[in-house]
Amino acid sequence: MLGAELEETPGYSQRKLMGQARVPVKGPSGEVSGAEPAEGTAGQLAAKQVNAQQRTATVVSIELLGRAAAGDHGAFGEIYSLHKRRIYSLCLRMVGNPAEAEDLTQEAFLQLHRKIATFRGESAFSTWLHRLTINVVLMRLRKKGLQLISLDEAMEPTTEERPGRSFGADDLSLTGAIDRMALQRAIDDLPAGYRLIFMLHDIEGYEHNEIADMLNCSIGNSKSQLHKARLKLREALRVHSREEGQR
Amino acid sequence: MSEQPKSMTCAEFQAQLPEFIGSGASAAGHPHLKECALCRELLENLETIAQAARQLFPEVEPPDELWEQIELAIKKDEGGEG
Ligand SMILES: [Zn+2]
Repeated sequence: MLGAELEETPGYSQRKLMGQARVPVKGPSGEVSGAEPAEGTAGQLAAKQVNAQQRTATVVSIELLGRAAAGDHGAFGEIYSLHKRRIYSLCLRMVGNPAEAEDLTQEAFLQLHRKIATFRGESAFSTWLHRLTINVVLMRLRKKGLQLISLDEAMEPTTEERPGRSFGADDLSLTGAIDRMALQRAIDDLPAGYRLIFMLHDIEGYEHNEIADMLNCSIGNSKSQLHKARLKLREALRVHSREEGQR
Repeated sequence: MSEQPKSMTCAEFQAQLPEFIGSGASAAGHPHLKECALCRELLENLETIAQAARQLFPEVEPPDELWEQIELAIKKDEGGEG
């Protein structure tokens, strides 16, 4: 039903880490998560504004869908214009390489062109397009032979990753300003599967059950790999700040 | 007040972290955090990193030429296999 099109959240700002109150918005897969918190935060207000903007945008795309599905090339072009930014950014986040992200965006819209008539409106269109895109990216990564989930390392941190051992109170705290360049590098250095989960969960706002579904792994696996990705980033930043401190 | 688990070690607490993070349950009120500055710092660091990362990846526009390439690919797709 078309009403489902109305809430599209780009995932992020609304979702909070570490189990703080969740704003009742629909996630990428369309389900409502969390209960209404008592008071409005700045984040929520921002989320509402985003929702309002998206509402306008997506109503237009509903109107277009039928025409595009019927083969109207101009309508397809308008759908592209409405969604290109989200889709390209999604690809770029997942693979980290602009040329490859362009290629994947092209592939995603090509797939969309083939499949648009099969869209049944059970979920929001852009949710559907998102999943289609993620599948395109995953297929590409698998084709490259990348292992996206490490099945055997659940909850068994290596010694260098074991935080209880590797850091002490005298270590530099990261709670101040984070070196953006260093963080960017650390994320780029993550193994593909770690980057993927970090992006899908922490940046795109997908839940572990959704990620497990996409990656065909267990929820525990998704959680544990995300945690390791974060620990890796933290370790990389700590090494970086120690090195900076020695200069 | 609920009874605190007597002597949870950092390793035990950290082993539970992935669960906290995914479940929506709050780790912030965990008893171990009240008595352990190291794990408090770990949690803060992880939150800080995630927040900083979000700002590192704003949405960006694809290059304008991409649409032309996609149009070409679609034409080829329609002409070729169809
Ligand atoms: Zn501890």
